[in-house]
Amino acid sequence: MHFISLLIINILFLIMRKILLASLFLLASATTFAGGYRVGLQGQRALAMGHTGVAYVNTAELAFFNPAGLVYLENKLNVSAGGFGVFSSVAWQNENTGQYAKTDSPMGTPFYLYGSYAATEWMSLGLAVYTPYGSTVEWPTDWAGSHLVNNIELAAIFIQPLVSLKINDVMSIGGGPIFVTGNVNFNRNANRTLTDLDGNRSNITVDDSGVTNWGWSLGALFNVTDSFRIGAHYRSEIILESTEGTATFADFPNSPLTPSNGETSFQASLPLPAELTVGLSYDCEKWVFNFDYTRTFWDVYEDLDIIFGNGRESINPRNYDNSSIYKFGVGYAPSDKFTLRAGYYYDQTPIKSGYFAPETPRNDSNGFTAGLSYDISNSFAIDASFLYVRFKEINESYDYVDDGSSFGGTYKSSAFIPGVGLTYKL
Amino acid sequence: MKNYIKILALSSVFLAACEAELENPIEDGGVYTSGSADFSNYVAVGNSLTSGYADGALYITGQENSFPNILAGQFALVGGGEFTQPLVNDNLGGLLANGNQITENRFVLTVDAQGNPAPARLSGTPTTEIGNILTGPFNNMGVPGAKSFHLIAPGYGNIAGVSAGAANPYFVRFASSPNATVIEDAAAQSPSFFSLWIGNNDILSYATSGGVGVDQTGNLNPASYGSNDITDPNVFASVYSQEVNALSASASGGVLFNIPDVTSIPFFTTVPNNALVLDASQAASLTGFFQAVAGIFIQGAIQQGVPAAQAQALGAQYAIQFNPGPNRFIIDVPVTQTNPLGFRQMTENELLLLTINQGALRTQGYGSVALSPEVLQVLGKLQQGGTPTPQEAGLVLAAVNGIDDKDALDTSELSAIATAQAAYNATISGIAQANGLALVDARATLQQLANGGISYDAGTLTSTFATGGAFSLDGVHPTPRGYAYLANLAIDAINSTYGSTVPKVNIGDYNTITASQAN
Repeated sequence: MHFISLLIINILFLIMRKILLASLFLLASATTFAGGYRVGLQGQRALAMGHTGVAYVNTAELAFFNPAGLVYLENKLNVSAGGFGVFSSVAWQNENTGQYAKTDSPMGTPFYLYGSYAATEWMSLGLAVYTPYGSTVEWPTDWAGSHLVNNIELAAIFIQPLVSLKINDVMSIGGGPIFVTGNVNFNRNANRTLTDLDGNRSNITVDDSGVTNWGWSLGALFNVTDSFRIGAHYRSEIILESTEGTATFADFPNSPLTPSNGETSFQASLPLPAELTVGLSYDCEKWVFNFDYTRTFWDVYEDLDIIFGNGRESINPRNYDNSSIYKFGVGYAPSDKFTLRAGYYYDQTPIKSGYFAPETPRNDSNGFTAGLSYDISNSFAIDASFLYVRFKEINESYDYVDDGSSFGGTYKSSAFIPGVGLTYKL
Repeated sequence: MKNYIKILALSSVFLAACEAELENPIEDGGVYTSGSADFSNYVAVGNSLTSGYADGALYITGQENSFPNILAGQFALVGGGEFTQPLVNDNLGGLLANGNQITENRFVLTVDAQGNPAPARLSGTPTTEIGNILTGPFNNMGVPGAKSFHLIAPGYGNIAGVSAGAANPYFVRFASSPNATVIEDAAAQSPSFFSLWIGNNDILSYATSGGVGVDQTGNLNPASYGSNDITDPNVFASVYSQEVNALSASASGGVLFNIPDVTSIPFFTTVPNNALVLDASQAASLTGFFQAVAGIFIQGAIQQGVPAAQAQALGAQYAIQFNPGPNRFIIDVPVTQTNPLGFRQMTENELLLLTINQGALRTQGYGSVALSPEVLQVLGKLQQGGTPTPQEAGLVLAAVNGIDDKDALDTSELSAIATAQAAYNATISGIAQANGLALVDARATLQQLANGGISYDAGTLTSTFATGGAFSLDGVHPTPRGYAYLANLAIDAINSTYGSTVPKVNIGDYNTITASQAN
């Protein structure tokens, strides 16, 4: 029995490596739909309940939501894996000028893979692979805001080995180091007007992949009563510093007055902010109720500055604010085989008024979630979830364009996100 | 499998329905209104300013930024239809007739070996052969070079007349037949809305030639005019009203533009008339030179029997005083009894053309004196109290190097231009009023650009040559940003005349001059 479990874990690792080699980034990029470029889609069961789970002991999804809970999972081996299809779009218009545009972003497919193994009664080991940050936004090339973004693709994969320790019957802790590998591809026009002789807009693409760094997370879980738990989980900030990528200058005119066409190096850093979640979970026969509060420390994102190897630079103030997410979830199991879930969250934008840039055009949003699980066998369950993110129409602008102008208008975003996953326990 | 496809189709319908949708989308119409105007078929008639001509040539990106094309883009939000333009073949801009280049390529902003930016013609062989007649009709009927009376002249698009100057190569490219007139081809499209901006060249070609043409005021036969002449205001009034009538026949409305002052165009305001900058010793020696000229003149006049007092009085005008610092240039004028030597110092309001040889102004004494060693020798002799021989005196007089008529607009030329312009503009505003048409006061706008400028979301648009943003490198025609501003003025005038709510463009989105090496 032990041997089989270890074998499965080994196979899991092998599969993971293989998937990683097969360029996970194609999958990982997702259109942003949470504040900033946070992608809150880290488990079917959690998402179906408003993306709650810091105090909810149910599956290996705890590896993300609160590794302290892994040690309480009943089974020796627990695996959760799944993915989402993110269908999102943004519409923009400016009634002063009559300009309008809509994004044509490809489907984003964030995914997760969690496993835990109960090594002893008081210690579980685990592994988590997840994609909490990313953004894919494609505006029509040369649209009215093309001096800010034509298209951006941002993805980060977190890989985290975990240990979960039961301190006593009341309390457990869990956590582990996080290895992050990220990539970015970002194209925008040089400014609002520069073209070559044939009228092609001068533009710059920055591209880098395999940008890595380390972080950590640590959680704690308290069993207040048999059916009432309180949890807390902190994930550290991780700054991705891109230094090895290439910046491609294209369609600049042939003139000493403008940058030359061709490739050069660039330096930029993008913070993946720290996140603190506290929450509670209450079990009552067939029902479960969750509430999570998440604080994301976006104030680390002060500016997006790109320093090019040819001496040019692009300074883009961001000045994000720390932001909060309030999440509610409920689960109901009408039978042994079925569980139904629903949830809601309110997601505050970190973007200050006047800093609303079209590469992350996100205002406050309301998320409505639902989902179900069906146990195929004693070991396997299929999980499905659905999220509809509703944004209010908003009049906003980015007032820090380097020529002194402001780019704004009316924005409306929406996102529909179906997801499916598997839960395995042994 | 069938089911699978069904599900896929269903889900794609579902997902399309899930796209973000604004409450009041511009895309679906209904945000803006056309008022009493019908923009479904807009036809623009005029000269280079309507065609999108810029940087001394007609090229594709210039045409794409013509003010009528920008207007049509906004009209599309209030029921405007497709807007076609007779695009040239490339972005070099020169024209070919039977393979021979007949107009020059565009200007670009180049940088020389010392790092100094300067306009230069883009090199390369253009590919727009005027013999390749395009199939129209075209909504943009702007014909570079056209004067008011050309629009109703049969044969203006006949290729056979191009070399003789009787036809216009730009119109040849898209005239519906060799004998068609511009107005006929425009009216045949039954425009629902039109713009007309014509009459600029009726004074401008006189002005840009430095006034070498003739003021034809009083001559009612335009067939007898030379290309650089000023059109008689009555001729203008007559053809202008014919043109407006022809365009109005089918139209719900239209917009007219009046004629700007030449003094607000960088072609005439860039080279200052007082750029003769001297230090104290240069000023003293130049003053001495002209005292010598005056002395020689007086002596010669007296020798020829002119009474001494009269000779003194006449000669005094040549003893021009120069001061340290900037001084106005010397200009050649017709020889008259009161100015027998035919030169004088420029007056404050007289203008130099952008095309003047600025190197010669700086280094060859153009606009003052071309001093040769021989002349200096004579001056030395004079200084020591010697009397020059007639030959030596002639050398000194010939050294006066006044600016040629073709390089400057003098007071009388400026006044001829202003008189005709005022008459044209009175005609235009009268006809606009009589026909209930919108009117753009282009004259006032260009004055504003020349005096302080117009602010936009990233700076100020001015008429300063090359850097001001409003004028292209030919110094006469606007940049795309300048054309966008004109389009906005037209929108203002149209909205207030017809009660429409056409939105204006953001002129900061439009380019100015293009930097590029010439080859």
